[in-house]
Formats: sequence, structure tokens, C-alpha cells
Amino acid sequence: MFGFSEEEIRRYSRHIILPEVGGRGQKKLRESRVLVVGAGGLGSPVAMYLAAAGIGTLGLVDMDRVELSNLQRQLLHTTADAGELKVESARRRLAALNSQLRLELHPVRLGADNVASLISGYDVVVDGVDNFPARYLLNDACVLAGKPLVEGGLLRFHGMAMTIVPGSGPCYRCVFPEPPPPGAVPSCSEAGVIGAAAGIIGTVQATEAIKVLLGIGRPLVGRVLTVDVLEGTYRTVEWGKNPRCPVCGEHPTITSLRELAEYDLACDLPGAGTRAP
Amino acid sequence: MKADRELDLKGEICPYTFVKSKLALEEIAVGEVLRVVVDYPPAVENVPRSMENEGNEVLSVQPIGPSQWEIMVRKVG
Amino acid sequence: MFTEEQIRRYSRHILLPEVGGAGQRRLLAARVLLLGAGGLGSPTAYYLAAAGVGTLGICDPDVVDLSNLQRQILHAEADLGRPKVDSAAEKLRALNPDVRVVCHRTGIDRGNALDLLADYDLVVDGTDNFATRYLVADACHLAGKPLVHGSIFRFEGQVTVFLPGEGPCYRCLYPEPPPAGLVPSCQEAGVLGVLPGIIGTVQAAEAIKLLLGIGRPLVGRLLTYDALEMDFHTLAVHRDPACSLCGDTPSITALGEYGFSCEVGACPTA
Repeated sequence: MFGFSEEEIRRYSRHIILPEVGGRGQKKLRESRVLVVGAGGLGSPVAMYLAAAGIGTLGLVDMDRVELSNLQRQLLHTTADAGELKVESARRRLAALNSQLRLELHPVRLGADNVASLISGYDVVVDGVDNFPARYLLNDACVLAGKPLVEGGLLRFHGMAMTIVPGSGPCYRCVFPEPPPPGAVPSCSEAGVIGAAAGIIGTVQATEAIKVLLGIGRPLVGRVLTVDVLEGTYRTVEWGKNPRCPVCGEHPTITSLRELAEYDLACDLPGAGTRAP
Repeated sequence: MKADRELDLKGEICPYTFVKSKLALEEIAVGEVLRVVVDYPPAVENVPRSMENEGNEVLSVQPIGPSQWEIMVRKVG
Repeated sequence: MFTEEQIRRYSRHILLPEVGGAGQRRLLAARVLLLGAGGLGSPTAYYLAAAGVGTLGICDPDVVDLSNLQRQILHAEADLGRPKVDSAAEKLRALNPDVRVVCHRTGIDRGNALDLLADYDLVVDGTDNFATRYLVADACHLAGKPLVHGSIFRFEGQVTVFLPGEGPCYRCLYPEPPPAGLVPSCQEAGVLGVLPGIIGTVQAAEAIKLLLGIGRPLVGRLLTYDALEMDFHTLAVHRDPACSLCGDTPSITALGEYGFSCEVGACPTA
């Protein structure tokens, strides 16, 4: 049935029972290719839940190595992995969760030179990067390539998420036209973060990716989710396209990817996160 | 009545009786009839109820032997 | 004092004014009981262990089943057939050796509930059926333990915090269990795998706020979530003076019988 093995039927039975997923949806997930950029606080829950859900192919971009300070929130890694490439540590954990998952590891730094080819082979891209330059680069590349992008950001107790489907809603620049001026966001080395906030945003991103892949429900297109974990407030705000958006507006000024240095305005260290719109 | 598809679920237990019935229902066309044979007693109630919850038309549920039941269901919509 | 390793490990907490070194020490001294090491318990346990909660009790009678792996990220293929508490303990210790994991390989029932709760500061409910949920709510109220409640169904979930003496209890919201048959039996329901991920993570966040005494916990507020719509709502909920458990003249003063709605043991963990 749908070419499922007996084992797959059992493993994914809770999905198959759902009318909105069913055998058809589960088969679609198995055929799907998702790129997760960043194997850190956001990328950990995204990758683990997509692997568990039965996504066929997961690409993972990260060039960093596991540090002890990651383990307060990055579930993909363990204490014994300290010093190792994050993609390698992630490979072990994800393969243990689901041996049928095809993993494509990209231990590279995201740049204007490689971003287009990195995203090209995937159906959906999930942003788990930790700095503004990479976030703007990824947004611009996905808009130019017409690739759905599930955006997520974090700072301290705050988080945000939105889903960008080029052509049918705003992009990250429509909401945040330019990177914040230096000093407007606490410098990266000062900002802490609560691990569970990363978990909340990452699991929202995994949900959005699955909805886009299956074409079910109402994804966060034209809406921005903001979360304040400390206050316990979870809100979605409607957000339209900006006609003057430099990348997806009526007269775009960004028509090709520039050097990453040009994106490197606010922060040259990992750790910067999000602002509430 | 003739079934368009048959599913032998003898030896299978819940929830997989319904999971497999659902997969078969997804694969047949609207209006076609699926015949399911089960021998797990709770499935005799659970599977038809779940099929109806999903909007299908359960045509009959009857014993066809010692501890064996046949469920006939027509796919709707 | 923190070791050099702990300073590195918890640096992102120590940087937060709301946590700091004092908050991190509080977390390391805290004792949390997780009921269920399934869909909700997986992310809750993971994030509490990562955060450095010093003692994590995990209570679950089940073994890992293949149908769990679609959402229960604490467990892996190699754990099939293994007690969930053992599989969980292994992952949590590998993540953070500072955490003392206490395995309770048992279900919670009226006979053991109060003893189980006694050693913990706070309880997180990750159980999957109404009978157990009422038992847990009653036991926590009677024992005066804060309870972080979470539940899921298909694409929807909810979280709230019950703080005895402040705000409502579970029975203020749902005085009686639903009649048998009204709620689809467990095997009919299905669940989006990542749904318990969100709900369990929100539960972890609420537990940390309670342990640290920071922010505004979801006391008297019921957070509801719809994954398909990606909508969150917060409903104000109030203590019911006529509540049979926490009202002015309560009729429930000891744990009762809870055998209804769903055969315990027949249900998969949330």
C-alpha cells in the first residue's frame, strides 16, 4: 500500500490515521527534500522532528564544531561530541532516530558564492542560522530562487517565525527591510537565550515545513508569529508584502546575491537573533 | 456484493487494523467497495466506527466464521 | 561554586539577567517529576536536562514501540522494546552529566501517586489519558505541588499551569471526565508528530519559569494551539468556588477511583 513496508506502516501509523496526512501525505513526506541551515538551537528540533516524521532527505548546513555552551539548548549533540563537527554529531543522532532518512551534510560556511547551489536541490529551506548577515543572505537567495523558506529567530526569551513563499506573501525584508544598525541589538556576546525558546520556535518551523510540503492548513505566510516565553504570550500579526521591498517589491534593487561582506553590517559574531516586528 | 478490493487483516490488531484499512481506502476510487476481514474482536467495532468518522459508508459487518468478521465499506467523497 | 565546565555549559543562561548565576544554581538544585517519557515528555525532559535541572524523575511504565518514533525524540531505533525510562535516562545523561535522572518504571496510580510526588518540587504532566490526568491533578492539588499541564489531540494542543492556592485547578476547567465514547479512542485519533514537540517545549519553558520564579507563568491562563492554522490563543480561566477539588467546600479530599474513558495501558503514550 503506497509502497510502504510493514515497518513504515507501524512507524507512521499516527500520521496515516490523520485525514489531513494519510498514506498519500506520508508518501509525499518520504519523497520530500528539506534543507536545514544551521545545526544549532533551532536546527536541532527542526532536524529531529523532520527525521522522526519521515522526511525522505534532509540536508544540513553547518561548519561549526560542538561547544559545551551549545549543549544548554542544542539537543542534536551530546557532551561526548564536544569539539566535533556539528554535522557529524547530527548525523549520528538523526541516523539513530531514523535509519531510512537520507542525510546530506554540508560542512560549509553559507556565502553568496554557495547559497544558490546549496538550496537548489531542496523543496523547502528552514533557517536556523544565528546571525543577521546569513539570515538576509538566505532570504534574498530563496526569494530570487522562488524557494519556500521557513524563517525563525531568537533572542533571550523572545522568538519569531514566519514562512516565506515567494510570490504569495512578504519576505523577511518586507518585515525587516534592513539589518539593525550596530548597537540596536545587544551585541552577540552579551545576549543569552533560554533553551526552551529555541525549542518552541524550532518545532514551529518543523510544523510549517511539513504544512508547506503537504499543502495542508494555513502556514505563516503573510503572518509573523512572535513569542515571549517570559510573559507566556504567543501572537500572530498579519503582515503584507512591502511594494517597496528591495528584493521582492515592485522595483527590486537586489537582483543578484552580493558578497556576504555586504550583509555583514550588524554583527560579525554568531549569536544575534531576532527583533519583534 | 462484490468488493473492488479485499484486505485480509487476520492476525492484525488495533490500531493497525484501521491504519491498513485507511491506506486501502485512500487507494481505491470514490464509490468503490472495500472488503476487510478481521479476527481481532475489538476491531469489529473500532474499524467500522473509524471508517464512518472519516465519512465512508459502512455497508455491513458480519461474522463469516469462528472469530472472523467481514466489514464491507464504500468509499465516499 | 560552578566548575569551569559548568560556566561554559550554562553561559547562555548566566548571561540572562533573569537567570544569572543565582538562577542557574536554583535550577541545579531543583527536582522535577515528568509523568510520561513519550511525545510530550521527550522534549520536556530534553530541554529541562539541557537547562541543568538537577534532578529529573521520569515515570513511565511502557517500553519503546516503533509507532512511538514518529514523535518521541528521546528514543531511537536501537531502543525498541526497551523501557522508556532507561532509554530516556541514557539520552539525558549523555546530554548533561550534571542531571541526576531518577527512573520510575511504573504507571502513576492512587496507591503510589503521593509517594512519587513527595520528592519533587514540581510536576510536568505528559500522560495521555483522562483517567491519569484527573488522578495527577487531584494528587498535585492535595500535595500542594505546582503542575504544568499539557495535552494534545491530532493537530491541537493546550498548556496551562496549576498552582495550588493560586488560580484554578484542572477540575475547575473540566469538572468531570467526558463520558466514555465521546472522545475518540486512542487508536482512532492520530497525531501530527511535531505537535507534542511544541506543547512539550512550552511545558518545559513554563517549568523553568516556575523554578526560577520569573516572568508570568500560565496560571489562570489556558494556552491553546492549532498547528494547522498556526494559531495560539490564551483564555483566562478562573478558580471555581464550587470546584469539587479546590473549591470552598471540596468533596474530594483523598484520591479516588479513576477507571473511565480509556483503558489505561491500552493507550499509546502521548
